[in-house]
Amino acid sequence: MIETSLEATAEARRPSELMNDAVIQLENIHKTYHLGDIDVHALRGVSVNVGRGEYVAIMGPSGSGKSTMMNIIGCLDHPTRGNYLLDGLDVSQASKADLADIRNKKVGFVFQSFNLVSRTSALENVELPMIYAGVRAKERARRAAEALEIVGLKDRMRNLPNQLSGGQQQRVAIARALVNNPAIILADEPTGALDTRTSVELMEVFQTLNAERNMTIILVTHEHDISEYSKRVIVFRDGRIVKDQPMTGRRSAAETLRELPTEEELDAAAAEEMTE
Amino acid sequence: MRSLAILKIAFWALGRNKMRSALTMLGIIIGVGAVIALVSIGQGAQALIREQMAAMGTNVMYVWPQDNRGSGGARGASTEQGTLSVDDVFAIRTEVPVIAAATPIVTSNGQLIYKNSNMRANVQGVSEEFPIVRDWKLSEGAFFNAADVESRARVLVVGPAIVEELFEGVDPIGQTVRLRNQPFEIIGVLESKGQTGVGQNQDEAVLAPYTTVQRKLLGQTLPRVNQAMLKTVDQEDAFALAERMIDVLLRERHGIPSDVEVPDFSVGNLTEIADAAEQQTVVMTLMLGSIAAIALLVGGIGIMNIMLVSVTERTREIGIRMAVGSRPGYIRLQFLSESIMMSLTGGAVGVLFGGLCSVLIGEFLGWSTWVSPTSIMISFGFAAAVGVFFGFYPAHKAAKLDPIDALRYE
Repeated sequence: MIETSLEATAEARRPSELMNDAVIQLENIHKTYHLGDIDVHALRGVSVNVGRGEYVAIMGPSGSGKSTMMNIIGCLDHPTRGNYLLDGLDVSQASKADLADIRNKKVGFVFQSFNLVSRTSALENVELPMIYAGVRAKERARRAAEALEIVGLKDRMRNLPNQLSGGQQQRVAIARALVNNPAIILADEPTGALDTRTSVELMEVFQTLNAERNMTIILVTHEHDISEYSKRVIVFRDGRIVKDQPMTGRRSAAETLRELPTEEELDAAAAEEMTE
Repeated sequence: MRSLAILKIAFWALGRNKMRSALTMLGIIIGVGAVIALVSIGQGAQALIREQMAAMGTNVMYVWPQDNRGSGGARGASTEQGTLSVDDVFAIRTEVPVIAAATPIVTSNGQLIYKNSNMRANVQGVSEEFPIVRDWKLSEGAFFNAADVESRARVLVVGPAIVEELFEGVDPIGQTVRLRNQPFEIIGVLESKGQTGVGQNQDEAVLAPYTTVQRKLLGQTLPRVNQAMLKTVDQEDAFALAERMIDVLLRERHGIPSDVEVPDFSVGNLTEIADAAEQQTVVMTLMLGSIAAIALLVGGIGIMNIMLVSVTERTREIGIRMAVGSRPGYIRLQFLSESIMMSLTGGAVGVLFGGLCSVLIGEFLGWSTWVSPTSIMISFGFAAAVGVFFGFYPAHKAAKLDPIDALRYE
């Protein structure tokens, strides 16, 4: 059934292409949780469009609705009210199984805690989305290796997650996110568990994917310097968008990296401090 | 394609927890093994009974004096008190047309002595028609004839086990053995009917003319017999016909009116006895089988238990799989496959284990136990059903998880 709806998408995409080729079209999205007798309004009418090739940072304090937003954009949850077109496909009323298929084909997730399947090699982790897409084993291995090469882990394919550093694990997660060639990569606090240098290295991966492959990236973060690598910043507060503007003074991760002290320099500095 | 990959995932997950999977499977292994072993032993017992009955000859009927139809057949009836006479037996033989042959049976026992060796033997006094009644051929020598019976000759026909034990390679024909201080000549050796595990060993038979046993061994004055063994003609309703006619005949001879419900004799045939004995073992087999089935059920609960633990432990993995696009149905399939794989592997090992056990037990008891394909199919099928049944709830629980909650699970 998803096949047919995807075909329908191709038809439906033409008008959206006219609209600046929007990948995400959110229209008056509401989300209300019922906790006992209390209704919690997590989102109170959010409307936003994200075009292909954009790099958006979603920011806001906790409880602002940005996590709910990300669950809805990532097709993990339904909006209570409102319409959501992902890549031209109306997903607001899709069934659980259809949502799974949509996530499989349209969304690549990157989580704060990496969320790799333990005791499973990097390659097999990257193959995971393709298993559910029904890709043949040989093709899976080829594409997974390709994706790992893109994120710079060509020679770590056979490693298990616990044999990889945090930054490397997150790269595996990125490879997994992009292996089915999704419409968007959705990163939820991807640098939350990483040190500064590794964080910037990761930003470089994102910026490269965005620049060279025109990959649409949506990144939820509460760190200002991480948001500075994006092209557009959307700020949430109390379930509404309070700010939506292009990033001024966008930083280049590659440049920042050149300025940052390397591991050796940090070690040397630490050693110097010790001797003083 | 996708299903195959999901099966592989399930297989991998089981391999990841080898010890746990093995212990879980143990429940199924024991259950299936027990079903197979116990059912095959039961069926072995049935086969044994059938075999023994077949060895007794076909179309065989019995008449017992009084009500002596115990589990051991005709043995145990005292001839002195008995109400069945030799004349009764011959009356049946001559007056009931469907009876083709008949022999009275008079039992005694004693020590058989040949040179330095001796052995205890049960001696059966029979008529010259015994080989016909029992379909029993001789491997050597000849059976005694009517004249031997008439003259109360001291002659014996013995089973092969006696020859082996007593004569140790010497040709027994024409040899003299002593029985109750009287010399007896061995004139024939019976064909082997095969060793059987329970009851009297037929190869240890010692046969003498019934007249000889009555007068020379038992010292009877009244010609009473322990039982009469009859052979009917090959005719479909021969048993029923014979039974009715024998009843009328013996009531008349013993002066028992037809309204007396229990006369002083009883008539039966081997098929009846075999059926009764087989019925018992069928009940036994069913009972043992159901106990084993309970073990299998417990094994199934073990699977469910471990699968529930596994689902909880792997909540996060389930969340990841769902996030990257696994439909709930695929998750259900994955966990269901795990439990089915465990129950099927357990079932297969159980079949081997049960088969081995029944072969060993058969060897030990000297029974011909055999593992029937039916019991394999039933227990294997049952194991698979257990896997589906007890795997479904945990798998359903896994499939129902919300990906957001599952991803957040610590």
